[in-house]
Amino acid sequence: MNDQTLFSIFFSAMVVNNFTLAMFLGLCPFMGVSARVETALRMGLANIFVLVLTSLSAWVLNTYILETAPYLRIISFIIVVASLVQIVEMVVKKIAPVLFRQLGIFLPLMTTNCAIFGLAIFQTNRGYDFLQGIVFAIGAGLGLTLALVLMASIRETSELSDIPAIAKGTGLTLIIAGSLSLAFMGFAGLL
Amino acid sequence: MKERPESDAIEVQVVDTLQPDSGDGAPVEEQVSTLRLVATLAVAGALAGLLIVLVNLHTKPIIDEYKAEQLKLAIYEVLPGVSRYRTLYQVDGALSAEVPAGAKATDFRQAYVGYDDAGQMKGVAVSRGESGFQDIVQVIFGFEPDSGVLLGMKVLDSKETPGLGDKIFKDQDFVDQFFARPQTPLAAIKAGSGKGAPGEIDAITGATISSKVVVSIINNGIAEWRPILEKGIPEEAQ
Amino acid sequence: MRTTTPSEDFIRGIWRENPVLIQMLGLCPALAVTNTVKNALAMSAATFFVLCCSSVLISSVKRFIPKEVRISSYILVIATFVTLADMMLQAYAPVQHKELGAFIALIVVNCMILGRQEAFSSRNTVYRSLLDAVGTGIGFTIALIMMGGFREILGIGTFFDIPLFGPNFEPWVVMVLPAGGFLTLGFIILAMGVFEERKKAREAHGEAP
Repeated sequence: MNDQTLFSIFFSAMVVNNFTLAMFLGLCPFMGVSARVETALRMGLANIFVLVLTSLSAWVLNTYILETAPYLRIISFIIVVASLVQIVEMVVKKIAPVLFRQLGIFLPLMTTNCAIFGLAIFQTNRGYDFLQGIVFAIGAGLGLTLALVLMASIRETSELSDIPAIAKGTGLTLIIAGSLSLAFMGFAGLL
Repeated sequence: MKERPESDAIEVQVVDTLQPDSGDGAPVEEQVSTLRLVATLAVAGALAGLLIVLVNLHTKPIIDEYKAEQLKLAIYEVLPGVSRYRTLYQVDGALSAEVPAGAKATDFRQAYVGYDDAGQMKGVAVSRGESGFQDIVQVIFGFEPDSGVLLGMKVLDSKETPGLGDKIFKDQDFVDQFFARPQTPLAAIKAGSGKGAPGEIDAITGATISSKVVVSIINNGIAEWRPILEKGIPEEAQ
Repeated sequence: MRTTTPSEDFIRGIWRENPVLIQMLGLCPALAVTNTVKNALAMSAATFFVLCCSSVLISSVKRFIPKEVRISSYILVIATFVTLADMMLQAYAPVQHKELGAFIALIVVNCMILGRQEAFSSRNTVYRSLLDAVGTGIGFTIALIMMGGFREILGIGTFFDIPLFGPNFEPWVVMVLPAGGFLTLGFIILAMGVFEERKKAREAHGEAP
């Protein structure tokens, strides 16, 4: 049971406690596919889609099945996430082959994406109901997309800059992420 | 030094004996039936479930006991002088000692009514959370339902900024104000600017939002619970 | 795979292929729970336990797992041990469990653990898989304690809760906040880059004449 208003959940998940920049979830795509704005945007949209589905299935699982056995939560959530990603992949391939070609490579990556599994765990720990869960998922997904796109645009812009050889790659990406995270701290206290 | 080459030798042997095995296994694997796949996962799942249930049987009593103990300590802290408490549930806007049959206790708001040694009701403790600077701040506080006097406050959970917002539970001067029996509703004021009115709480410099959240949680909590408590507290079953 | 000796299996994960600092795996826990050395240590211990148990179990039953369902089986095994670690921490170290919160459950999706199963345990003996797991686990622990140490000393002014500086020390609060995690790891990696560069330059210089 949780009394938070939907707006507060949405806003908190999107910027104040941004999944990537404040909670370090979904770092793999953040470091890996943030070189181009366009791919980053697609990855983000694919994430929103899977996050909402995860939130839905985690809620169903938690309300109707795991009520008597909460200790099986981790194991059932990971199985659901893993199968969900595969099912989504198959369905998208069948129904919308164009979309599949655009999202294709990103979907399988999501099985071990902490953001997806983290969403299910946080949603349960905080006791969100059905609607709160969906709003939480959309907020978290938009937050991930925002972080990815910001990161990608900074990296695109700095591509032609004269950067010392040792700073190229991960080190620089992490420091940019740190600066973004600092900037996002400014959102704290808005709620 | 003598041991290392020895273990290396053993290692090579083990790997060698395994080699033909996995070599034989490879062609078999190609014609693995769906049944075998499902069976493997089912067996693995069943074993995993069994193991978890067994460990859970062992750890659950320890975890539950710890949680109950922490709750008891928190209630005794925010209701000074209390030696015993009982848990009541808010059911349809009134207090009840039992939740309706078939419902989960955690679905209802809970109030903890504290008694002293003489069996006199000393106050009521409730827990409540609101959005703070960073995330939800969860606070448990005790008050006298008749007079509205605050008895004590303890922050159960918060992610407020270390060094600033976390003073709401680390700054003893701030916390002590809530144990000085202030009259509610409380008002957060700038430190030192008090006019002696009841219910003034000096806010922490640099943690205005966090200080206000604690005050707001207590005011809103008491406003919510007092009408319910006025309807009467169910008698204890003997 | 058979070109490495057991001692190499062990050493490899500690430094040359350090999971966090070199391979960039398991970043989520490395950044999220390293604001103090204590938290870093608790996280490392839980991860170490899961990694070793999974490696031993998977390398001993690898022959019974059909190739098609291997990833699912690995995830199942890892999830089981994570649940066990979660329950045991909650029962015997409740304070630490509260500090780490949901990040214990998130060990399941630590790519490092699944990666070791797929890359090593599924095709090596129990003994060597254990060595590999212990090495990788130690490497992970070193990285986390390094992060936790930097962040706690700068951000709180203590090491393992022991105050290091006088009362006039003004903590650099941002280091224990999320931004500090990114910056600390970024600077550690930059520093390693500098060392690597110098080493290369020295080698090139030595070979040239």
